[in-house]
Amino acid sequence: MNTVRLSTLKPGESATIAALHTDEALYHRLAAMGFRIGKRIDLVRRAKFAGPLHVRIGTTDIMLRRSDAQHIDVTPAGASE
Amino acid sequence: MKRIALLGMPNTGKSTFFNRLTGASARVGNWPGITVDLMSAKVLLGGAMVEIIDLPGVYDIHGFSDDELVVRHFIENNPIDLVLIILNTTQIERQLSLALQVKQLGLPALLLLNMADEAKKYGVTVDIKKMSQAMNMPVVLLSAKYGSGYAHAYQAISNAIQASLPIATQQVSEKLQLDDQIESTMESVLKQAVQVPTQMSENLTTRLDRVLLHPWLGLPLFFGVMYLLFQAIFILGKPLQDGVAWGLGLFRGGVLDPLLHNLPAPLPGLLLDGIYNGVGTVAAFVPIIVLFFLFMALVEDSGYLSRAAFLMDALMAKMGLDGRSFVMMLMGFGCNVPALMGTRVMRSRSLRLLTMLVIPFSLCSARLQVFVFITSALFAPKNAPLVLFSLYLFSFAAAIATALLFKKRYANNEPFILELPPYRLPTWRQIVLRGWHEVRHFLGRASKFIIAGVVMVWILTHFPQDAAPGGSDTWAGMIGHFLAPVLDPLGINQQLAIALIFGFVAKEIVIGSLAVIYGLEGSALMSTMAHQLDWVQAYSFMLFTLIYTPCLSTLATLKTESRSNAYTALALVWPLALAWLLSFAFYQGARALGY
Ligand SMILES: Nc1nc2c(ncn2[C@@H]2O[C@H](COP(=O)(O)OP(=O)(O)O)[C@@H](O)[C@H]2O)c(=O)[nH]1
Ligand SMILES: [Mg+2]
Repeated sequence: MNTVRLSTLKPGESATIAALHTDEALYHRLAAMGFRIGKRIDLVRRAKFAGPLHVRIGTTDIMLRRSDAQHIDVTPAGASE
Repeated sequence: MKRIALLGMPNTGKSTFFNRLTGASARVGNWPGITVDLMSAKVLLGGAMVEIIDLPGVYDIHGFSDDELVVRHFIENNPIDLVLIILNTTQIERQLSLALQVKQLGLPALLLLNMADEAKKYGVTVDIKKMSQAMNMPVVLLSAKYGSGYAHAYQAISNAIQASLPIATQQVSEKLQLDDQIESTMESVLKQAVQVPTQMSENLTTRLDRVLLHPWLGLPLFFGVMYLLFQAIFILGKPLQDGVAWGLGLFRGGVLDPLLHNLPAPLPGLLLDGIYNGVGTVAAFVPIIVLFFLFMALVEDSGYLSRAAFLMDALMAKMGLDGRSFVMMLMGFGCNVPALMGTRVMRSRSLRLLTMLVIPFSLCSARLQVFVFITSALFAPKNAPLVLFSLYLFSFAAAIATALLFKKRYANNEPFILELPPYRLPTWRQIVLRGWHEVRHFLGRASKFIIAGVVMVWILTHFPQDAAPGGSDTWAGMIGHFLAPVLDPLGINQQLAIALIFGFVAKEIVIGSLAVIYGLEGSALMSTMAHQLDWVQAYSFMLFTLIYTPCLSTLATLKTESRSNAYTALALVWPLALAWLLSFAFYQGARALGY
């Protein structure tokens, strides 16, 4: 498996969530937002000036800061095995 | 009395359902975190009175932010006969976890799958029968906003409440400590009863986002839209305001004057020049305020606020704030109080305190009345909108300066994760409800503060009895004289000083008290003021009014939300100092330049 940080995906790329390296409180919030291991995640767009990321998991659109996205590991689609 | 609580994740339509069920007007908005406090109402349901409670949204019953604690505290301490779990059917895949948590607590529950209309568009289908079996509770699919399935839900709730027995809070409290894994249960329920398309198809929201969140166009578009909305409010509102003012003047001349003028001595003056003029001058602004809030409801419900958070986050981060702080500042343009309470969705206390420190600089609708009044009195119609616009810029500037100054003190690294809900349009019903709510809010404040305020001002400007009304021998004159050393350097005269003192209680009183101080109303008041003041003085007064201590309700909210006297003192003194400095710099600068 070759995983990368969510923050490195480019707009239009999709990946599978591999691991969440966060504290307990953030883990719960992310889980409630739909961030679960094995789920597909699409990076929709990145804001200018190192602003937040816009991602999509299933039917939910979510924004999160790049600094928070660094704690999320994903396996880019097509890069499996 | 039996008790029903509404529970669900933020922005799933709990308040919409609550309003439909109880006829109340809880605030609804397409933004996760509109409801941060409990709201309750009583209704007749299944032959008995039942109390319904609208709870703030929670992602997780075990969550830790202030609004989540409100919910947790509530379910731990109050016996509940029935929990209505509301979730957004489109997002059932993830929101079901909350329903399972509630089930685990052993509370009698009923599952409402809301937003059936959107779920259909997104291609999400639920087998209600299977879902009900798997969850072992009644399940109803409905649309709280448009009403489909509501009758069915109503029936199910009345049946359930008649059958239910409350659970001892002790048991609930114990079970809250447990945090079992529910993931596997969730998987199996979803597999049995729900079908979700694997890929969300292109829809209106994704297309709109491509434009509105465009890397370069997004921000200019946002400010352009805001500017147009404000323009629209005044183009539509100004004639209405003039109409109301004209009508009120006519009513006084035609009906009240002849009716009241032979009452004993101070009474006609107090009733007409005091209360009627004061309240009437303020009441003339009701149309503009209602329009303002109608537009605000439109913006709040559209889902554009979350986009504003996305667009502004990078900038806000430089000030130690985040995108939500920006949205709260925008909400503060309506009224600072709910905006302050809206910061409860933040978990880091530092971030909350810093945001609460900047919100009071948002030019709220009450201050807007003052500025509309003064700009139309002292500036040419061509310049008035520009002057008003410049005050909005000062409002932002004061907030930015304050955040930059205090960001070290309130440093935080709160994660920032926010849902971007689909774009929605409010229904007429929602818009009318909101407008009506604001009129009631205004009348409430009017009866509480404005009447008392203008009576006080009338007394101060008419006593002691031998002094000439409004003159320097009255009590008001003495106060003005006392404050002169501080306010003279700002170009703020005695009359304005009295208005400022009462503006501390509520900004709505400011123009009401000016009407009383000058003993005039409407256009006569405007022309007298234009005679006595020049534009530099007027602008200095407006700057001071914009920035100095927000109203008493805001201050009280700052106190209850921060639970700190020192912080409240800072939130009181800092704006006062900043207001003085800015007005001083402006007034002296303009005079030095020869204006
Ligand atoms: N399409 C659709 N929108 C809804 C429905 N119910 C609520 N909404 C909208 O969802 C948003 C959130 O509603 P609100 O009642 O404030 O949710 P709360 O945060 O759970 O109290 C608002 O924009 C509502 O107009 C529904 O059944 N269908
Ligand atoms: Mg609500």
